[in-house]
Amino acid sequence: MIRVKCTQCDADIPVPDDVMQGELLSCPDCSTDYEVVKVGHEGVVIKEAEAVAEDWGE
Amino acid sequence: MTILFDRLRWEEKQLYNAARRLGVSVKLVDCKSLLFDCQDTRELLESVEGVVLQRCVSYFRGLYWTAVLESLGVKVVNRFQTSLICGNKLLTTLKLTTHNIPTPRTFATFDVGRAMEAMEKLGYLAVMKPVVGSWGRLVTPIRDRYMAESFLELFNQIEDPVNKVFYIQEMVQRPPRDIRSVVVGDRVVACVYRHAAPNEWRTNVARGGTTSPCKVTPNLRRVLIDTAKAVGGGVLGIDVMEHNGKFLVHEVNSTVEFRGAQESTKGDIATAIIKYVAEQDE
Repeated sequence: MIRVKCTQCDADIPVPDDVMQGELLSCPDCSTDYEVVKVGHEGVVIKEAEAVAEDWGE
Repeated sequence: MTILFDRLRWEEKQLYNAARRLGVSVKLVDCKSLLFDCQDTRELLESVEGVVLQRCVSYFRGLYWTAVLESLGVKVVNRFQTSLICGNKLLTTLKLTTHNIPTPRTFATFDVGRAMEAMEKLGYLAVMKPVVGSWGRLVTPIRDRYMAESFLELFNQIEDPVNKVFYIQEMVQRPPRDIRSVVVGDRVVACVYRHAAPNEWRTNVARGGTTSPCKVTPNLRRVLIDTAKAVGGGVLGIDVMEHNGKFLVHEVNSTVEFRGAQESTKGDIATAIIKYVAEQDE
């Protein structure tokens, strides 16, 4: 399983084999949410996910 | 078809996988990076294919992209009018009442004094809600006059012009649950009871609520289908309360989250949605 580094606490974040662009990952140590920006041969690129906004929901 | 998203949740993955299982050509497009140029729409139109299933978690992002795409002749599920209505509780109330669909008694005003008057008319408990908002956020039970005065003062401090209106409803006496249904076109594809989490009165699954199967009686089916028609149809999450043998519709959701409902439903909700969306392209 691929792992990426949490930019907040440096923990390893496991990345599922079937990860998709746009999916969210959570740091198991500090719970920071990340969005998968790119999935490619060179690996997975993540960025910190948007915070929940007031108009979010169903 | 295109699944337009801004956050790829469990639901969007289910929908994508359902489309692929059905052999439907499907594209996932993250709307956060789209660009609309009113003088050159080629890039935007090339970003999408077929009917667009709009699945944005942000109400305004989804609404604006639906408006843009529809203006360019792209078919979007749900339609702009439906998304506009369902995302605003006051507009939803107007549709329900003009179509004679039972709904809790509701007041709306911009004036604190008139809001107090509404609370006194309803008696306590009453409920205050922001007109735009989901997942039970800021839905507040008002227990007495003192609480009403405090919360009206607090709500009056909200700077966001969209939520400057006081939206006040009766607190419906109901069993400790409500009903969440997923209505796709003219079919009820899922129907579950939602039970609030411990120490919580709101039944949202997002707030820890759990689900169990709910039988769709003819009366309930009629209310759900009439509600779907009233707001313009499409793929909807319709929330209903039971009160004195009647069903009261209290909310209609235009980008329904269905993970909780799926846990208590035999049929495949994602497949039903994809089949419906694919039919819109015919």
